[in-house]
Amino acid sequence: MNHSTPLVARLATVSKHYGKLCALDGADLQLRRGELLALLGPNGAGKTTAISLLLGLHRADRGTVELFGQDPQRLQARRRIGVMLQHAELPATLRVGELLQLTASYYPAPRSLAESAGLAGIGDLLRRPYARLSGGQQRRVQFALALCGKPELLFLDEPTVGMDIEARQKLWAAIRQLLAEGCSVLLTTHYLEEAEALADRVCVMAGGRVIHEGTVDALRARVALKRIRCISSLDETVVAHWPAVSEAKRSQGRLLVTTAEAEATVQRLLRADADLRELEVHRAGLADAFVELTREADQSAAAAQREVA
Amino acid sequence: MEDILPIHLPATDLPMPRRRVLGAYLAEIRSECLRYLRAPAFILPMTLFSTVFYLMFGVLINHGNADAARYLLASYSAFGIIGPGLFGFGVSLAIERDGGLLTLKRALPMPPGAYLLGKMTMAMIAAAVVTVLLLLIGTLLAHVALSWSQIAAMLAVGSLGVLPFCALGMFLGTLIRGQGAPGLLNLVYLPMAFLSGLWLPLPMLPQVVRQFAPIWPSYHLNQLTLAAVGMNNHAAPWPHALVLAGFALAFLSLAARRLRRYG
Repeated sequence: MNHSTPLVARLATVSKHYGKLCALDGADLQLRRGELLALLGPNGAGKTTAISLLLGLHRADRGTVELFGQDPQRLQARRRIGVMLQHAELPATLRVGELLQLTASYYPAPRSLAESAGLAGIGDLLRRPYARLSGGQQRRVQFALALCGKPELLFLDEPTVGMDIEARQKLWAAIRQLLAEGCSVLLTTHYLEEAEALADRVCVMAGGRVIHEGTVDALRARVALKRIRCISSLDETVVAHWPAVSEAKRSQGRLLVTTAEAEATVQRLLRADADLRELEVHRAGLADAFVELTREADQSAAAAQREVA
Repeated sequence: MEDILPIHLPATDLPMPRRRVLGAYLAEIRSECLRYLRAPAFILPMTLFSTVFYLMFGVLINHGNADAARYLLASYSAFGIIGPGLFGFGVSLAIERDGGLLTLKRALPMPPGAYLLGKMTMAMIAAAVVTVLLLLIGTLLAHVALSWSQIAAMLAVGSLGVLPFCALGMFLGTLIRGQGAPGLLNLVYLPMAFLSGLWLPLPMLPQVVRQFAPIWPSYHLNQLTLAAVGMNNHAAPWPHALVLAGFALAFLSLAARRLRRYG
Protein backbone atom coordinates (compact mmCIF):
# COMPACT_ATOMS: atom_id res chain seq x y z
CA MET A 1 0.00 0.00 0.00
CA ASN A 2 1.26 3.39 -0.97
CA HIS A 3 2.34 5.45 2.02
CA SER A 4 1.08 8.66 0.53
CA THR A 5 -2.44 7.25 0.69
CA PRO A 6 -4.26 9.24 3.36
CA LEU A 7 -4.68 7.79 6.81
CA VAL A 8 -8.27 7.20 7.82
CA ALA A 9 -7.67 5.98 11.37
CA ARG A 10 -4.73 6.09 13.71
CA LEU A 11 -3.70 5.02 17.19
CA ALA A 12 -0.32 6.34 18.32
CA THR A 13 1.24 5.05 21.58
CA VAL A 14 -2.19 4.72 23.11
CA SER A 15 -2.68 3.43 26.62
CA LYS A 16 -5.96 2.68 28.33
CA HIS A 17 -6.61 1.31 31.79
CA TYR A 18 -9.88 0.10 33.24
CA GLY A 19 -9.23 0.44 36.95
CA LYS A 20 -6.12 -1.64 37.54
CA LEU A 21 -6.50 -3.63 34.33
CA CYS A 22 -4.27 -2.43 31.55
CA ALA A 23 -6.22 -2.94 28.32
CA LEU A 24 -3.88 -1.09 25.95
CA ASP A 25 -0.22 -0.51 26.63
CA GLY A 26 1.32 1.83 24.07
CA ALA A 27 -0.52 0.45 21.03
CA ASP A 28 0.12 1.79 17.51
CA LEU A 29 -2.18 1.24 14.58
CA GLN A 30 -2.62 2.88 11.19
CA LEU A 31 -5.30 2.33 8.61
CA ARG A 32 -5.08 3.82 5.10
CA ARG A 33 -7.76 4.52 2.56
CA GLY A 34 -9.00 1.53 0.63
CA GLU A 35 -7.25 -1.14 2.66
CA LEU A 36 -8.54 -3.87 4.92
CA LEU A 37 -6.67 -4.34 8.16
CA ALA A 38 -7.45 -7.48 10.14
CA LEU A 39 -6.99 -7.19 13.87
CA LEU A 40 -6.14 -10.56 15.38
CA GLY A 41 -5.40 -11.66 18.88
CA PRO A 42 -6.67 -13.76 21.75
CA ASN A 43 -9.48 -12.55 24.02
CA GLY A 44 -8.24 -9.78 26.28
CA ALA A 45 -5.52 -8.76 23.83
CA GLY A 46 -6.94 -5.25 23.53
CA LYS A 47 -8.78 -5.50 20.18
CA THR A 48 -12.14 -4.41 21.57
CA THR A 49 -10.55 -1.55 23.49
CA ALA A 50 -8.69 -0.37 20.38
CA ILE A 51 -11.96 -0.34 18.44
CA SER A 52 -13.96 1.36 21.17
CA LEU A 53 -11.37 4.15 21.34
CA LEU A 54 -11.56 4.62 17.58
CA LEU A 55 -15.35 4.73 17.81
CA GLY A 56 -15.18 7.42 20.47
CA LEU A 57 -16.87 5.23 23.08
CA HIS A 58 -14.03 5.77 25.54
CA ARG A 59 -11.15 8.17 25.92
CA ALA A 60 -7.54 7.05 25.96
CA ASP A 61 -5.47 7.69 29.08
CA ARG A 62 -2.45 8.54 26.93
CA GLY A 63 -1.59 8.79 23.26
CA THR A 64 -3.38 9.97 20.12
CA VAL A 65 -6.60 8.53 18.70
CA GLU A 66 -7.76 9.91 15.37
CA LEU A 67 -10.50 9.23 12.84
CA PHE A 68 -9.90 11.15 9.59
CA GLY A 69 -7.48 13.31 11.56
CA GLN A 70 -10.16 14.26 14.07
CA ASP A 71 -11.24 13.29 17.56
CA PRO A 72 -13.54 10.24 17.15
CA GLN A 73 -15.96 11.77 19.61
CA ARG A 74 -16.70 14.46 17.05
CA LEU A 75 -19.85 13.74 15.12
CA GLN A 76 -18.31 14.93 11.82
CA ALA A 77 -15.71 12.17 12.06
CA ARG A 78 -18.22 9.48 12.86
CA ARG A 79 -20.50 10.51 9.98
CA ARG A 80 -17.85 8.91 7.77
CA ILE A 81 -17.86 5.50 9.48
CA GLY A 82 -20.11 2.46 9.55
CA VAL A 83 -20.24 0.11 12.51
CA MET A 84 -21.06 -3.54 13.04
CA LEU A 85 -20.49 -4.57 16.65
CA GLN A 86 -20.12 -8.07 17.99
CA HIS A 87 -23.17 -7.85 20.22
CA ALA A 88 -26.08 -5.55 19.51
CA GLU A 89 -29.68 -6.49 20.19
CA LEU A 90 -31.60 -4.27 17.81
CA PRO A 91 -35.23 -3.29 18.53
CA ALA A 92 -37.13 -6.55 18.14
CA THR A 93 -40.43 -5.15 16.89
CA LEU A 94 -39.04 -2.90 14.17
CA ARG A 95 -38.97 -4.17 10.59
CA VAL A 96 -35.70 -4.51 8.74
CA GLY A 97 -36.59 -1.68 6.35
CA GLU A 98 -37.40 0.62 9.29
CA LEU A 99 -34.07 -0.15 10.95
CA LEU A 100 -32.26 0.66 7.71
CA GLN A 101 -34.16 3.92 7.25
CA LEU A 102 -33.43 4.97 10.83
CA THR A 103 -29.70 4.28 10.57
CA ALA A 104 -29.43 5.90 7.14
CA SER A 105 -31.07 9.04 8.58
CA TYR A 106 -27.93 9.68 10.69
CA TYR A 107 -25.75 10.18 7.58
CA PRO A 108 -25.40 13.15 5.21
CA ALA A 109 -25.56 11.16 1.95
CA PRO A 110 -26.61 7.57 2.57
CA ARG A 111 -27.15 4.77 0.07
CA SER A 112 -30.68 4.07 -1.05
CA LEU A 113 -32.59 1.42 0.84
CA ALA A 114 -32.50 -0.90 -2.16
CA GLU A 115 -28.76 -0.49 -2.65
CA SER A 116 -27.93 -1.24 1.01
CA ALA A 117 -30.26 -4.23 1.03
CA GLY A 118 -28.80 -5.50 -2.24
CA LEU A 119 -25.19 -5.25 -1.04
CA ALA A 120 -25.94 -7.12 2.16
CA GLY A 121 -28.25 -9.64 0.44
CA ILE A 122 -31.31 -8.86 2.55
CA GLY A 123 -33.66 -7.58 -0.16
CA ASP A 124 -36.20 -10.27 0.74
CA LEU A 125 -36.18 -9.43 4.46
CA LEU A 126 -37.14 -5.74 4.43
CA ARG A 127 -40.74 -6.29 5.61
CA ARG A 128 -39.83 -8.78 8.34
CA PRO A 129 -39.66 -7.83 12.05
CA TYR A 130 -36.08 -8.09 13.27
CA ALA A 131 -36.92 -10.57 16.05
CA ARG A 132 -38.31 -13.08 13.52
CA LEU A 133 -34.97 -13.45 11.72
CA SER A 134 -32.43 -16.23 12.22
CA GLY A 135 -29.08 -15.41 13.79
CA GLY A 136 -27.33 -15.36 10.43
CA GLN A 137 -30.01 -13.12 8.90
CA GLN A 138 -29.70 -10.73 11.84
CA ARG A 139 -25.94 -10.50 11.24
CA ARG A 140 -26.61 -9.65 7.58
CA VAL A 141 -29.04 -6.92 8.63
CA GLN A 142 -26.40 -5.51 10.98
CA PHE A 143 -23.95 -5.53 8.08
CA ALA A 144 -26.49 -3.61 5.97
CA LEU A 145 -26.83 -1.05 8.77
CA ALA A 146 -23.04 -0.68 8.83
CA LEU A 147 -22.78 0.13 5.12
CA CYS A 148 -26.03 2.07 4.60
CA GLY A 149 -24.47 5.46 5.36
CA LYS A 150 -21.99 5.08 2.49
CA PRO A 151 -19.11 5.14 4.98
CA GLU A 152 -15.45 5.65 4.08
CA LEU A 153 -14.40 3.40 6.94
CA LEU A 154 -16.19 0.30 8.10
CA PHE A 155 -15.68 -1.29 11.53
CA LEU A 156 -16.57 -4.97 11.43
CA ASP A 157 -16.26 -6.76 14.76
CA GLU A 158 -16.47 -10.53 14.25
CA PRO A 159 -18.92 -10.06 11.36
CA THR A 160 -19.36 -13.68 10.28
CA VAL A 161 -19.93 -15.34 13.66
CA GLY A 162 -23.08 -17.46 13.37
CA MET A 163 -23.11 -17.45 9.56
CA ASP A 164 -23.05 -20.54 7.40
CA ILE A 165 -20.35 -20.94 4.76
CA GLU A 166 -22.45 -19.61 1.91
CA ALA A 167 -23.52 -16.50 3.83
CA ARG A 168 -19.92 -15.93 4.86
CA GLN A 169 -18.73 -16.09 1.23
CA LYS A 170 -21.42 -13.60 0.20
CA LEU A 171 -20.38 -11.23 2.97
CA TRP A 172 -16.75 -11.51 1.88
CA ALA A 173 -17.77 -10.65 -1.68
CA ALA A 174 -19.66 -7.59 -0.44
CA ILE A 175 -16.65 -6.48 1.62
CA ARG A 176 -14.41 -6.81 -1.46
CA GLN A 177 -16.85 -4.69 -3.44
CA LEU A 178 -16.76 -1.97 -0.79
CA LEU A 179 -12.95 -2.07 -0.74
CA ALA A 180 -12.90 -1.68 -4.51
CA GLU A 181 -15.00 1.46 -4.10
CA GLY A 182 -12.29 2.92 -1.88
CA CYS A 183 -13.81 2.12 1.50
CA SER A 184 -11.41 1.08 4.27
CA VAL A 185 -12.24 -1.76 6.65
CA LEU A 186 -11.04 -2.55 10.14
CA LEU A 187 -11.93 -6.18 10.75
CA THR A 188 -11.59 -8.21 13.90
CA THR A 189 -12.04 -11.92 13.52
CA HIS A 190 -11.36 -15.26 15.11
CA TYR A 191 -11.41 -16.96 11.74
CA LEU A 192 -7.92 -16.81 10.34
CA GLU A 193 -9.11 -17.90 6.90
CA GLU A 194 -11.22 -14.75 6.93
CA ALA A 195 -8.12 -12.63 7.49
CA GLU A 196 -6.26 -14.62 4.81
CA ALA A 197 -9.12 -14.16 2.35
CA LEU A 198 -9.62 -10.44 2.84
CA ALA A 199 -6.79 -8.67 4.57
CA ASP A 200 -4.14 -6.48 2.96
CA ARG A 201 -2.44 -6.35 6.31
CA VAL A 202 -2.85 -8.15 9.59
CA CYS A 203 -2.14 -6.74 12.97
CA VAL A 204 -1.63 -9.18 15.82
CA MET A 205 -2.30 -7.93 19.33
CA ALA A 206 -1.39 -9.48 22.66
CA GLY A 207 -1.32 -8.02 26.14
CA GLY A 208 -2.48 -4.59 24.99
CA ARG A 209 0.28 -4.18 22.41
CA VAL A 210 0.63 -4.67 18.69
CA ILE A 211 3.15 -7.49 18.47
CA HIS A 212 3.15 -7.89 14.72
CA GLU A 213 1.99 -5.86 11.77
CA GLY A 214 2.40 -6.67 8.11
CA THR A 215 1.00 -8.64 5.21
CA VAL A 216 -0.45 -12.10 5.71
CA ASP A 217 2.64 -13.58 4.00
CA ALA A 218 4.96 -11.59 6.23
CA LEU A 219 3.19 -12.93 9.29
CA ARG A 220 3.65 -16.50 8.07
CA ALA A 221 7.28 -15.82 7.18
CA ARG A 222 8.07 -14.13 10.46
CA VAL A 223 7.15 -17.30 12.22
CA ALA A 224 8.89 -19.61 9.78
CA LEU A 225 7.58 -22.70 11.42
CA LYS A 226 7.41 -26.03 9.65
CA ARG A 227 5.42 -29.05 10.70
CA ILE A 228 6.93 -32.49 10.36
CA ARG A 229 4.78 -35.62 10.39
CA CYS A 230 6.18 -39.13 10.35
CA ILE A 231 5.81 -42.63 11.73
CA SER A 232 8.62 -43.16 14.19
CA SER A 233 9.32 -44.93 17.45
CA LEU A 234 11.23 -41.95 18.87
CA ASP A 235 10.08 -40.63 22.25
CA GLU A 236 8.27 -37.32 21.66
CA THR A 237 9.29 -35.97 25.08
CA VAL A 238 12.93 -36.33 24.03
CA VAL A 239 12.39 -34.78 20.59
CA ALA A 240 10.64 -31.81 22.22
CA HIS A 241 13.96 -30.82 23.80
CA TRP A 242 15.91 -30.76 20.54
CA PRO A 243 17.16 -27.36 19.39
CA ALA A 244 14.72 -25.32 17.23
CA VAL A 245 11.87 -27.68 18.09
CA SER A 246 8.99 -25.78 19.64
CA GLU A 247 6.62 -28.69 20.08
CA ALA A 248 6.57 -32.47 19.66
CA LYS A 249 3.58 -34.70 20.27
CA ARG A 250 2.05 -37.97 19.17
CA SER A 251 -1.30 -38.16 17.46
CA GLN A 252 -2.96 -41.15 15.75
CA GLY A 253 0.27 -43.11 15.87
CA ARG A 254 2.25 -40.35 14.19
CA LEU A 255 4.94 -38.14 15.57
CA LEU A 256 4.16 -34.42 15.00
CA VAL A 257 7.06 -32.00 15.36
CA THR A 258 6.86 -28.23 15.00
CA THR A 259 10.22 -26.66 14.27
CA ALA A 260 11.81 -23.43 13.14
CA GLU A 261 14.58 -25.28 11.23
CA ALA A 262 13.02 -28.09 9.28
CA GLU A 263 16.18 -29.29 7.51
CA ALA A 264 18.25 -29.72 10.67
CA THR A 265 15.41 -31.40 12.53
CA VAL A 266 14.72 -33.81 9.67
CA GLN A 267 18.40 -34.78 9.47
CA ARG A 268 18.52 -35.48 13.16
CA LEU A 269 15.25 -37.45 13.02
CA LEU A 270 16.61 -39.65 10.22
CA ARG A 271 19.88 -40.23 12.06
CA ALA A 272 18.12 -41.12 15.30
CA ASP A 273 15.58 -43.47 13.75
CA ALA A 274 16.59 -45.47 10.68
CA ASP A 275 13.10 -47.01 10.48
CA LEU A 276 11.38 -43.65 10.16
CA ARG A 277 8.61 -43.76 7.48
CA GLU A 278 6.08 -41.53 5.69
CA LEU A 279 7.95 -38.30 6.30
CA GLU A 280 5.97 -35.12 5.47
CA VAL A 281 7.01 -31.49 5.92
CA HIS A 282 4.44 -28.66 5.77
CA ARG A 283 4.69 -24.96 6.03
CA ALA A 284 2.72 -23.77 9.06
CA GLY A 285 -0.61 -22.03 8.42
CA LEU A 286 -1.56 -18.60 9.66
CA ALA A 287 -3.14 -20.22 12.70
CA ASP A 288 0.18 -21.78 13.75
CA ALA A 289 2.04 -18.55 13.16
CA PHE A 290 -0.49 -16.70 15.23
CA VAL A 291 -0.36 -19.16 18.13
CA GLU A 292 3.43 -19.00 18.08
CA LEU A 293 3.48 -15.19 18.07
CA THR A 294 1.09 -14.80 20.95
CA ARG A 295 2.93 -17.54 22.88
CA GLU A 296 6.19 -15.63 22.46
CA ALA A 297 4.49 -12.49 23.74
CA ASP A 298 3.13 -14.38 26.74
CA GLN A 299 6.56 -15.78 27.53
CA SER A 300 8.31 -12.43 27.33
CA ALA A 301 5.57 -10.89 29.48
CA ALA A 302 6.01 -13.69 32.02
CA ALA A 303 9.79 -13.19 31.94
CA ALA A 304 9.34 -9.46 32.49
CA GLN A 305 7.13 -10.21 35.48
CA ARG A 306 9.72 -12.57 36.93
CA GLU A 307 12.35 -9.87 36.58
CA VAL A 308 10.14 -7.40 38.39
CA ALA A 309 9.54 -9.95 41.15
CA MET B 1 3.60 2.22 -6.13
CA GLU B 2 0.05 1.17 -6.23
CA ASP B 3 -2.50 3.42 -7.80
CA ILE B 4 -5.47 4.33 -5.75
CA LEU B 5 -8.77 3.37 -7.26
CA PRO B 6 -11.05 6.22 -8.22
CA ILE B 7 -12.94 7.15 -5.15
CA HIS B 8 -16.58 8.07 -5.35
CA LEU B 9 -16.64 8.96 -1.71
CA PRO B 10 -16.39 12.50 -0.42
CA ALA B 11 -12.76 13.33 0.31
CA THR B 12 -13.55 15.95 2.91
CA ASP B 13 -16.21 16.46 5.51
CA LEU B 14 -19.60 16.53 3.95
CA PRO B 15 -21.71 18.92 5.97
CA MET B 16 -24.95 17.45 7.17
CA PRO B 17 -27.79 19.59 5.83
CA ARG B 18 -30.00 20.93 8.61
CA ARG B 19 -33.02 19.22 7.08
CA ARG B 20 -31.30 15.86 7.37
CA VAL B 21 -30.34 16.52 11.01
CA LEU B 22 -33.96 17.31 11.77
CA GLY B 23 -34.95 14.20 9.83
CA ALA B 24 -32.66 12.09 12.01
CA TYR B 25 -34.36 13.38 15.16
CA LEU B 26 -37.78 12.64 13.69
CA ALA B 27 -36.73 9.17 12.51
CA GLU B 28 -35.45 8.37 16.00
CA ILE B 29 -38.69 9.55 17.62
CA ARG B 30 -40.78 7.64 15.09
CA SER B 31 -38.82 4.41 15.63
CA GLU B 32 -38.98 4.71 19.38
CA CYS B 33 -42.76 5.17 19.31
CA LEU B 34 -43.34 2.43 16.73
CA ARG B 35 -41.30 -0.18 18.54
CA TYR B 36 -43.17 0.25 21.80
CA LEU B 37 -46.62 0.63 20.27
CA ARG B 38 -45.96 -2.80 18.76
CA ALA B 39 -44.99 -4.26 22.14
CA PRO B 40 -48.22 -4.70 24.13
CA ALA B 41 -46.35 -6.36 27.00
CA PHE B 42 -44.66 -3.02 27.51
CA ILE B 43 -47.60 -0.68 26.90
CA LEU B 44 -50.52 -2.44 28.61
CA PRO B 45 -49.18 -2.64 32.19
CA MET B 46 -48.26 1.05 32.02
CA THR B 47 -51.76 2.12 30.94
CA LEU B 48 -53.88 -0.47 32.75
CA PHE B 49 -52.48 -0.16 36.26
CA SER B 50 -53.94 3.26 37.04
CA THR B 51 -57.10 2.97 34.95
CA VAL B 52 -58.15 -0.32 36.59
CA PHE B 53 -57.45 1.12 40.05
CA TYR B 54 -59.54 4.17 39.28
CA LEU B 55 -62.38 2.07 37.89
CA MET B 56 -62.39 0.00 41.07
CA PHE B 57 -61.96 2.68 43.73
CA GLY B 58 -63.29 5.74 41.96
CA VAL B 59 -66.31 4.22 40.21
CA LEU B 60 -67.34 0.79 41.51
CA ILE B 61 -66.64 1.08 45.25
CA ASN B 62 -67.21 4.82 45.51
CA HIS B 63 -70.98 5.32 45.78
CA GLY B 64 -71.45 8.66 44.13
CA ASN B 65 -69.14 10.67 46.37
CA ALA B 66 -68.22 13.44 43.91
CA ASP B 67 -65.31 14.82 45.95
CA ALA B 68 -63.78 11.36 46.38
CA ALA B 69 -64.08 10.69 42.62
CA ARG B 70 -62.42 14.02 41.89
CA TYR B 71 -59.65 13.44 44.44
CA LEU B 72 -58.97 9.93 43.15
CA LEU B 73 -58.91 11.17 39.56
CA ALA B 74 -56.01 13.43 40.56
CA SER B 75 -54.08 10.83 42.55
CA TYR B 76 -54.48 7.99 40.05
CA SER B 77 -53.51 10.37 37.27
CA ALA B 78 -50.29 11.13 39.13
CA PHE B 79 -49.78 7.39 39.62
CA GLY B 80 -50.47 6.72 35.93
CA ILE B 81 -48.23 9.52 34.67
CA ILE B 82 -45.21 8.27 36.61
CA GLY B 83 -45.33 4.81 35.00
CA PRO B 84 -44.31 5.63 31.41
CA GLY B 85 -41.47 7.81 32.70
CA LEU B 86 -40.03 5.33 35.14
CA PHE B 87 -40.59 2.21 33.05
CA GLY B 88 -40.41 3.62 29.55
CA PHE B 89 -37.03 5.07 30.33
CA GLY B 90 -35.67 2.90 33.10
CA VAL B 91 -36.48 -0.54 31.75
CA SER B 92 -35.62 0.20 28.14
CA LEU B 93 -32.33 1.89 29.05
CA ALA B 94 -31.35 -0.99 31.35
CA ILE B 95 -32.11 -3.54 28.62
CA GLU B 96 -30.45 -1.56 25.84
CA ARG B 97 -27.33 -1.00 27.88
CA ASP B 98 -27.16 -4.71 28.48
CA GLY B 99 -27.87 -5.75 24.90
CA GLY B 100 -25.31 -3.44 23.30
CA LEU B 101 -27.83 -1.25 21.46
CA LEU B 102 -26.80 1.84 23.42
CA THR B 103 -23.15 1.19 22.58
CA LEU B 104 -23.99 0.87 18.89
CA LYS B 105 -26.02 4.08 18.97
CA ARG B 106 -23.16 5.92 20.64
CA ALA B 107 -20.77 4.69 17.97
CA LEU B 108 -23.11 5.67 15.14
CA PRO B 109 -23.36 9.33 14.14
CA MET B 110 -26.76 9.71 15.75
CA PRO B 111 -27.29 13.42 16.52
CA PRO B 112 -26.75 14.24 20.19
CA GLY B 113 -29.73 13.70 22.41
CA ALA B 114 -31.84 12.00 19.72
CA TYR B 115 -31.89 8.80 21.74
CA LEU B 116 -33.17 10.60 24.84
CA LEU B 117 -35.55 12.78 22.87
CA GLY B 118 -37.10 9.68 21.27
CA LYS B 119 -37.70 8.04 24.62
CA MET B 120 -38.98 11.29 26.15
CA THR B 121 -41.49 11.75 23.36
CA MET B 122 -42.69 8.18 23.73
CA ALA B 123 -43.10 8.65 27.50
CA MET B 124 -44.99 11.93 27.00
CA ILE B 125 -47.38 10.33 24.53
CA ALA B 126 -47.98 7.35 26.82
CA ALA B 127 -48.54 9.65 29.82
CA ALA B 128 -50.98 11.77 27.79
CA VAL B 129 -52.87 8.62 26.74
CA VAL B 130 -53.14 7.48 30.37
CA THR B 131 -54.40 10.94 31.36
CA VAL B 132 -57.02 10.91 28.59
CA LEU B 133 -58.23 7.45 29.64
CA LEU B 134 -58.54 8.56 33.25
CA LEU B 135 -60.31 11.78 32.23
CA LEU B 136 -62.80 9.73 30.18
CA ILE B 137 -63.51 7.41 33.10
CA GLY B 138 -63.72 10.37 35.45
CA THR B 139 -66.13 12.45 33.42
CA LEU B 140 -68.25 9.69 31.86
CA LEU B 141 -68.38 7.02 34.56
CA ALA B 142 -67.53 8.77 37.84
CA HIS B 143 -69.42 11.96 36.80
CA VAL B 144 -66.67 14.36 37.80
CA ALA B 145 -67.60 17.77 36.38
CA LEU B 146 -64.56 19.34 34.74
CA SER B 147 -64.26 22.62 32.84
CA TRP B 148 -62.35 22.72 29.57
CA SER B 149 -59.55 24.63 31.23
CA GLN B 150 -59.31 21.94 33.93
CA ILE B 151 -59.11 19.26 31.24
CA ALA B 152 -56.42 21.22 29.44
CA ALA B 153 -54.51 21.66 32.72
CA MET B 154 -54.67 17.90 33.35
CA LEU B 155 -53.33 17.15 29.89
CA ALA B 156 -50.51 19.65 30.35
CA VAL B 157 -49.59 18.22 33.76
CA GLY B 158 -49.80 14.72 32.29
CA SER B 159 -47.52 15.25 29.34
CA LEU B 160 -44.98 17.49 31.12
CA GLY B 161 -45.21 15.92 34.56
CA VAL B 162 -43.79 12.68 33.18
CA LEU B 163 -40.42 14.32 32.48
CA PRO B 164 -38.96 14.30 36.03
CA PHE B 165 -39.81 10.61 36.18
CA CYS B 166 -38.11 10.05 32.83
CA ALA B 167 -35.00 11.51 34.46
CA LEU B 168 -35.42 9.30 37.53
CA GLY B 169 -36.01 6.25 35.31
CA MET B 170 -32.96 7.16 33.27
CA PHE B 171 -30.83 7.41 36.40
CA LEU B 172 -32.12 4.05 37.72
CA GLY B 173 -31.57 2.57 34.26
CA THR B 174 -27.89 3.43 34.52
CA LEU B 175 -27.63 1.61 37.86
CA ILE B 176 -29.29 -1.66 36.91
CA ARG B 177 -28.87 -3.97 33.97
CA GLY B 178 -31.08 -6.14 31.84
CA GLN B 179 -34.12 -8.23 32.52
CA GLY B 180 -34.23 -7.65 36.29
CA ALA B 181 -35.03 -3.99 35.70
CA PRO B 182 -38.88 -4.14 35.81
CA GLY B 183 -38.87 -5.80 39.23
CA LEU B 184 -36.39 -3.35 40.66
CA LEU B 185 -38.24 -0.36 39.24
CA ASN B 186 -41.45 -1.61 40.84
CA LEU B 187 -39.60 -1.56 44.15
CA VAL B 188 -39.21 2.17 43.64
CA TYR B 189 -42.53 2.87 41.91
CA LEU B 190 -44.99 1.21 44.27
CA PRO B 191 -43.56 2.27 47.66
CA MET B 192 -43.02 5.81 46.39
CA ALA B 193 -46.64 5.96 45.19
CA PHE B 194 -47.89 4.71 48.54
CA LEU B 195 -45.67 7.00 50.64
CA SER B 196 -46.72 10.10 48.74
CA GLY B 197 -50.42 9.38 49.12
CA LEU B 198 -51.31 8.23 45.61
CA TRP B 199 -53.12 5.11 46.80
CA LEU B 200 -54.56 6.24 50.11
CA PRO B 201 -55.04 9.96 50.81
CA LEU B 202 -52.27 11.33 53.01
CA PRO B 203 -54.60 12.34 55.89
CA MET B 204 -55.38 8.60 56.31
CA LEU B 205 -51.71 7.72 56.66
CA PRO B 206 -49.52 7.84 59.81
CA GLN B 207 -48.01 11.12 60.89
CA VAL B 208 -44.44 10.15 59.93
CA VAL B 209 -45.46 9.26 56.36
CA ARG B 210 -47.28 12.60 56.02
CA GLN B 211 -44.26 14.47 57.31
CA PHE B 212 -41.87 12.91 54.83
CA ALA B 213 -44.22 12.91 51.82
CA PRO B 214 -42.73 16.10 50.31
CA ILE B 215 -39.38 14.39 49.77
CA TRP B 216 -40.95 12.29 46.98
CA PRO B 217 -41.30 13.83 43.51
CA SER B 218 -44.60 11.94 43.17
CA TYR B 219 -46.04 14.02 46.04
CA HIS B 220 -45.40 17.21 44.10
CA LEU B 221 -46.88 15.79 40.91
CA ASN B 222 -49.99 14.88 42.88
CA GLN B 223 -50.26 18.46 44.16
CA LEU B 224 -50.24 19.58 40.53
CA THR B 225 -52.93 17.12 39.42
CA LEU B 226 -55.04 18.11 42.43
CA ALA B 227 -54.69 21.75 41.46
CA ALA B 228 -55.60 20.89 37.88
CA VAL B 229 -58.92 19.29 38.87
CA GLY B 230 -59.74 22.24 41.14
CA MET B 231 -58.79 20.81 44.53
CA ASN B 232 -55.90 22.13 46.60
CA ASN B 233 -56.80 25.71 45.72
CA HIS B 234 -55.33 27.18 48.88
CA ALA B 235 -51.73 27.00 47.63
CA ALA B 236 -50.11 28.07 44.39
CA PRO B 237 -48.97 25.16 42.21
CA TRP B 238 -45.74 26.80 41.05
CA PRO B 239 -43.49 25.76 43.95
CA HIS B 240 -44.36 22.12 43.20
CA ALA B 241 -43.59 22.60 39.52
CA LEU B 242 -40.23 24.11 40.48
CA VAL B 243 -39.42 21.22 42.82
CA LEU B 244 -40.21 18.79 40.00
CA ALA B 245 -38.01 20.71 37.58
CA GLY B 246 -35.23 20.53 40.19
CA PHE B 247 -35.68 16.76 40.52
CA ALA B 248 -35.58 16.42 36.75
CA LEU B 249 -32.34 18.38 36.40
CA ALA B 250 -30.68 16.59 39.31
CA PHE B 251 -31.45 13.09 38.06
CA LEU B 252 -30.70 14.01 34.46
CA SER B 253 -27.23 15.26 35.36
CA LEU B 254 -26.57 12.25 37.61
CA ALA B 255 -27.63 9.90 34.84
CA ALA B 256 -25.63 11.75 32.18
CA ARG B 257 -22.55 11.56 34.37
CA ARG B 258 -22.92 7.84 34.90
CA LEU B 259 -23.57 7.23 31.20
CA ARG B 260 -20.46 9.19 30.23
CA ARG B 261 -18.34 7.32 32.75
CA TYR B 262 -19.61 3.79 32.48
CA GLY B 263 -21.63 3.69 29.24
